[in-house]
This record gives sequence, C-alpha cells and structure tokens, in this order.
Amino acid sequence: MSSDGTLNYLNVTHGLKSWLLTLDHKRIGILYLIGVSMFFAVGGLFALLLRVELLTPEPWFIESDTYNKFFTLHGVVMTFFFLIPSIPAIFGNFLVPIMIGAKDMAFPKLNLFSWYVYMVGGFLGVGAIALGGVDTGWTFYTPYSSGYASSQVILAASAAFVAGFSSILTGLNFIVTIHKMRAPGMTWFRMPLFVWGHYATALIMILGTPVIAVTLLLLMLERGLGIGIFDPKLGGDPILFQHLFWFYSHPAVYIMLLPGMGVISEIISCFSRKPIFGYNFIAFSSLAIAILGFLVWGHHMFTSGQSVYTGVVFSLLTMAVAVPSAIKVFNWTATMFKGSVSFSAPMLYALGFIALFLVGGLTGVFLATLGLDIHVHDTYFVVAHFHFVMVGATVSAYLGALHFWWPKMTGRMYPQTPARVSALLTLFGFVLAFLPQFVLGYLGMPRRYHTYPDEFQLLHVFSTAGASVLGVGFLIPAIYLVWSLFFGKLAPANPWFAKGLEWDIQSPPTTFNFEETPIVKEEPYAYDGPLPDNSEEVLKAGENYGV
Amino acid sequence: MNEVTLFPEQASVFAQEVDQLFWFFTVVCGLAGTLTALVVFVFSIVYRRGARRYAHSGHHSTLLEIGWTLPVAVVVMALFVWGAKIFINLYNPPESATEVYITGKQWMWKIQHPNGKREINELHVPVNTDVTLNLTSEDVIHSFFVPAFRTKRDAVPGRYSRMWFNATKTGSFHIFCAEYCGTDHSRMIGTVFVMPEQEYQEWLRSGAQELLSMADKGAMVYARYACGSCHEAEERGPSLESIYGQQRELAGGNTVLVDESYLRESILRPNAKVTEGYAPIMPTFKGQIDEQSLNELIAYIKSLSSVPAERASMGGN
Repeated sequence: MSSDGTLNYLNVTHGLKSWLLTLDHKRIGILYLIGVSMFFAVGGLFALLLRVELLTPEPWFIESDTYNKFFTLHGVVMTFFFLIPSIPAIFGNFLVPIMIGAKDMAFPKLNLFSWYVYMVGGFLGVGAIALGGVDTGWTFYTPYSSGYASSQVILAASAAFVAGFSSILTGLNFIVTIHKMRAPGMTWFRMPLFVWGHYATALIMILGTPVIAVTLLLLMLERGLGIGIFDPKLGGDPILFQHLFWFYSHPAVYIMLLPGMGVISEIISCFSRKPIFGYNFIAFSSLAIAILGFLVWGHHMFTSGQSVYTGVVFSLLTMAVAVPSAIKVFNWTATMFKGSVSFSAPMLYALGFIALFLVGGLTGVFLATLGLDIHVHDTYFVVAHFHFVMVGATVSAYLGALHFWWPKMTGRMYPQTPARVSALLTLFGFVLAFLPQFVLGYLGMPRRYHTYPDEFQLLHVFSTAGASVLGVGFLIPAIYLVWSLFFGKLAPANPWFAKGLEWDIQSPPTTFNFEETPIVKEEPYAYDGPLPDNSEEVLKAGENYGV
Repeated sequence: MNEVTLFPEQASVFAQEVDQLFWFFTVVCGLAGTLTALVVFVFSIVYRRGARRYAHSGHHSTLLEIGWTLPVAVVVMALFVWGAKIFINLYNPPESATEVYITGKQWMWKIQHPNGKREINELHVPVNTDVTLNLTSEDVIHSFFVPAFRTKRDAVPGRYSRMWFNATKTGSFHIFCAEYCGTDHSRMIGTVFVMPEQEYQEWLRSGAQELLSMADKGAMVYARYACGSCHEAEERGPSLESIYGQQRELAGGNTVLVDESYLRESILRPNAKVTEGYAPIMPTFKGQIDEQSLNELIAYIKSLSSVPAERASMGGN
C-alpha cells in the first residue's frame, strides 16, 4: 500500500517487527482490524453452518453435539472477539486521539499490550475449538457448564476471561486519553459524538468487565476444583451465576452498541451537510444508556425464578432505556431535515443502521414487557431481536465506519458502486434472515434447538436464504476493500468534505498525526450547507470517487 | 414442505390476554417505527443533494427534544403497567388450583400427579380448570414452555418454582424445554393433553387402585427416614402438623412462610433457617433423598395441614 511518496504511518518503517512492536495507535488499530476480521470470518462461517443445518427439522449433516458446539462457538467468537472489540479497538484506537488533537493514546505500550492480550484470548478460543469445542452456549449457564458439560469449558471461559483484560485496558486508555490529552480549545462539548460514545463505552468496559472476569474465574474454580459456588449439589446457587453474568453481559450489549451510535452521528451529519441536531442530548443519552445499562440485567431472568417483584423493577428500569435510544434516533432524523443528503456507501450503511435499530430497539420494548417476555423468552423472538441490534445495527455501523474512514486509514479509495450494492444487499439479506425469526419465536420455536417440529420449517428456509444473501453481502466488501489497497485511487485528505480534525490531516496520517498541536476554535460539525455544485473540487471528487 | 403456521394456537386464558397485549404492541410499535422510518425516507428524498436549497435551520431545540421524549416515556410506562399486570397474575397461582409436580432431567420431563399417577413427557390436564405446576430439576436448569398457553418457567435444580394456567381448549399442545440443557435439549419435548373434565377424571383413575397417592408415598418416606423420631416423639424438632402455609418464627427474629421451598431447604440444609426455640441439630438429608421422594415427602407434610384443600379433591371424587 504505497502512496504518492510522502511519509505516513504506514510507510515510515517496514517489516513485521515494526508492526508487532509498534506503539502507534493507528498501527495498533490496523492490527486489531486484522484480528477482528479474522474472528468475524470464523464466527460468520459457524453461523452459516448452523443456518444450513436448520434447513430441515431433523438433523441432516451434523449431530446434536456438533450443532451445540457450533452455536456456542458462533456466540463466543462473535461476542467476545468481534462485537466487543470491533468498533472501539479498531476505529476508537485509530480515531479518538486524532479527533481530540492528540499524538497518540495516553498509554501506547498498554495499548499494544491490550492487542496481545486480545490475541492470546483469541487463540485460547481457537484452541478450545481445536481440542473438541465447547457446548455450553456463550452464556456458560451453571450448573450445566460447571458440572455437566463434557467439553472444553475451562479453555473457552479462560479465552473470554483473558479477552476481558484487553477490554479493560482499552477502556482505561480511552478515559485517560480523553480526559488528559485534548488539544487546546477541544472542550468537552466540542468533542465529536464518536468520542462521547467511546467515553461512555470505556466507562462500561472498566466498571463491568472485572465482574465477568470474577464470574468466569468462579465458574472455572467450581468446574476444575469442585468448589461449590453455583451448583446446588455443592451447596451453590445457579441463579447467582446468572446475576453475575448479566451484570456484565447486559452492559456489554452497550459496549457493542454505543460506539456504533457514535459512528452514525458522524456519518449522518457529514452526508447531510448539517451540524448534528441536539448535540448535548445525543452526548448525554450515551452516558444515560451506559448508566442505565448497569441497572437492567435482571430482564434476562424474568423466567428464572427471581422474585416477581424483582422482575417488575427490572422491567421498569429496562423500559427507561427506550428513552435515550429514541432521543438518538429522533436527533439523527432531525439532522437530515433541510440538509443536503447524499448517498455514498457510508451513508447507506448509516440509514440501514437506523432502519434495523428501529426494529431491534422496538422489539426490545416487547421483551422488556413482563407479560410478553414470559412467552417469547428463550425463543427465536429473542434471537431475532438481538441480531437486529447486534448484527443489524452494530455491524451496519461497523461497515459504515470502515467505508467512511477507509480512505483515511489506508490512503486509498474503494469503488462506490459495489460498495453501495453491498450495503443494500446486506440490508435485504439481513431482513430476510431475521424477520421470519420473530414469527418463529412467537410461534414458540425455542432457541438453541437442533431439531424442531415440522410446522416451523418454511420460516427456517427463508431465514437460511436470507443468511446466504447476507454472507454474500459481507464477502463483496472484503474483495473490493482488499483490491483497493493495491489498485484503488489515492485518497485525498478529505474525500467526503467532512468536518473534524482527522480530515484536516493527510491520508494516511503521519505517525504523530499533527505537525504541531492543533488549536481548536470551531464548534463540532461546523457544516455550512450544501456542497457548491459548480466547485471544481467537488466535481472532481464526484468524478473520481463517486462522492 | 409442511403446512405453514404463522400464529400460535390460543389455548389458555393467558393466551388471550398475552395476545391482546402483543397485538397492541405490534400496532403501537409498528406505527412508531414505520412513521420514523417514513420520515427518514422522506427527508432522504426531499432534502437530497441537488434538490432545492433550504435556508439553514437550527440545530438544537430543547422544546422539540422534550416534545418527542415525553410521549415515548409516557407510552412505555403505560405498556410497562399493562405487561406487569399480566405477569404478576401469570406467576401467582391461585390457591385452589389443581397441582402437578414436574421434574426436569436431561432430557425428559417427569410428571407426577398428587394421586400418585406418573407420566413422562406427557401432561394430562382438565379443560377450564386452574392447574398449578410445581417445577424443579434433578440436574441442570430446564424451562417448561407451552407456547399455546403463552407461559413458561425455569425448572431450577435445588429449588421449586411454580407456574399455572387455565386451558380453554381441549386438544394436544407442544411442551418445549426452553433453557439450553445439553445434547438432546431440542428433544426434551412433550405434549400437553387438555381433556374434558369427565374424561380427565377417568384418565386419572385408570389404574389408580394400584396407586398410592403422593402424600401416602410421602408418609412411607417419612417412616423410612424416621423423621417422626424427632418431629413427633422426643420433640427435638418442631411438630409438622399444620405448619404448611403458616408463618414461622425463626431463631434470630425473622419469620418465614412455610411453603415447598422452605420445606425443601429445611430437609436439605436444615440449619439454614431454624425454628425459634429449637437447636440446630437436624442432620442434612442432601444426597440421600432423591427429587421424587422429596416431592412425596413434601406432599405428605402438606397433607398434614388443612390449608391446601385441593389435595383432597385431586385424587378421587
């Protein structure tokens, strides 16, 4: 990936060692991109195998034990090694320092260390697969996981345990960087909302992740040494595990979502050519979601035997999450009002995000409602709901971010037409894959079922068809993005005519980002109306990059 | 390809209530979602680049923020109240309900009726009658789910939980295990048979002469473990007569309601909650008494109390 000869962070040094020992937040972001993409491919492959197996009510190419291992691996890999690190570790690492006018993260060595920790966790996970797999589901519910499963539970749990430390270190780095390294003039309320999203995310990472670490450790102790904590046969309480597990794992959902919402704020504002509407409300709604996120874990346990009144309180608190979520959606919509909206690939992904998040968020209100949740709990309704949020919304945001900042990160442009086609294709494939699952869920199809009654088959076939389209939709970007590294047009500093410090510096940036520390005098998102139709620069951008 | 269903059968009182709520939700959320998406779509078209230019509009408005936040807050609170009302009813069985004991086990449902009749993966119940299920598990967590009744509850090892329903329609309906429990989780399925009262009574009585009721079997368990040597004769332990359904004074000043879970705990972990005035000397029966005997023993202790009148009506008449 050479560029026009100017020095940048990619070509300043060469060789594997210069990458593996790099302290540059941008190179570390790229290392994460490589790791995360790898795990996304593995998790996606398992998803596709599951969908193909579910074409028939009876088993047709794998046994139940294998099926159970596949859905567990899909869940573990996608949650701990794709969704949680995806946007923060790649784009957060790359962009947060630049967006606030800093040379690097506060702790560059810790940053590199966190990548190694992540990779060690990842390889433990792959080791668990290689040594026979694990079949507990990504939720590791006790006492099945601690006393009954005969698979690689300890290895898989330790993979998630180790990966958690990577998350804690990344969160710590974000918080210190954002507090201490903002350029002169970069006040809290001049920060891009992407940075606010990451700040809220980092809070969850450092406050929540230690809890899952302890929980998994206790699980390993019980399984390995027979110390009774969760298994009633040993005097433990299995529901305690669920409390501890969801105390982290529900906030973790917002680790997966909040950075994506930050991405969407950037993209919508840029491609509407208008300042973001309701900046303060969006920023504070991120914090509100982060805080509320810690108070709603019990909604995963309405049927589990926690008391009826506990259920009522958790339902009420969960409902409250709808408010900050709605605030965000309304403000994005208002941003487009009287704007000048164009439809480059990142914007298509952002609009797809809004559509899918609407469905995912609103069905979340269904699930928060006690009377409805009891029926649809642990059915495909839940599966569809969280895939709409985690895959529909978060992956759309992830791909939107990839398409938005790719020119900045690599110095290359990708072709717009296939990018637009794949954005639409993923939207279509996704809806086809997961909309039928709401119907299946209400019909009563339980999740994690290898076999199922005949009457559910047609909906499963639709779902598998959609998943196949979705797979193709994910494959196309992989092809043209790699292609663009070698053959793409050289990217200018600011192909989208966007606002923000990252667009003021060259593409790709130099190692220390800025020649001299920038002094920020402008409000964020200082877009001043439509692009001039007759400007030569704009016409050239349209011709060259399809902007 | 098989016949296609898009909506589950309605076979209980709850099914009607839950479906009403579901359709109301679908309409409200559907409208809200469609409207928002429509606005986004219309803005994309009307304000697309190259369309006529608009004067720069403002980019914050506290009034607008409050205006669109309040309705959301009000609507979700209303939905919450409605949902909570159904839920509280769903998980609070009425006193007079017919009671069935269900024990989950990898990978089957073992079902025991108070008159001693047993079945596996099949549950026979009378139509238009309140039926309470007393759930527990021998191994891992399972979840007893009848989609046609729109209810489920986890069967958790080491404790009892209760669910109930009133079936409105005779016929057979799926039972699913809804909590992942290992290899054959998806084969831990069964059928509820809802029968007319008359037919149900006949079914219940068939072969009943050889059957001992659960309480009678429990009396044998009680004798086998010589529970009476402390709880009757020497009064080292409190009498078990008429304690079910009562509030108990505990050593240390708390009180506890004597229900299935308390009885169970007191057998397996006797010193956890000791009755006021007694020494914590009872040995544990953990690991010595299986789930089935435990159910029977508890049924026996319950039969010593006048509160649960349903037990008399269950087996015979």
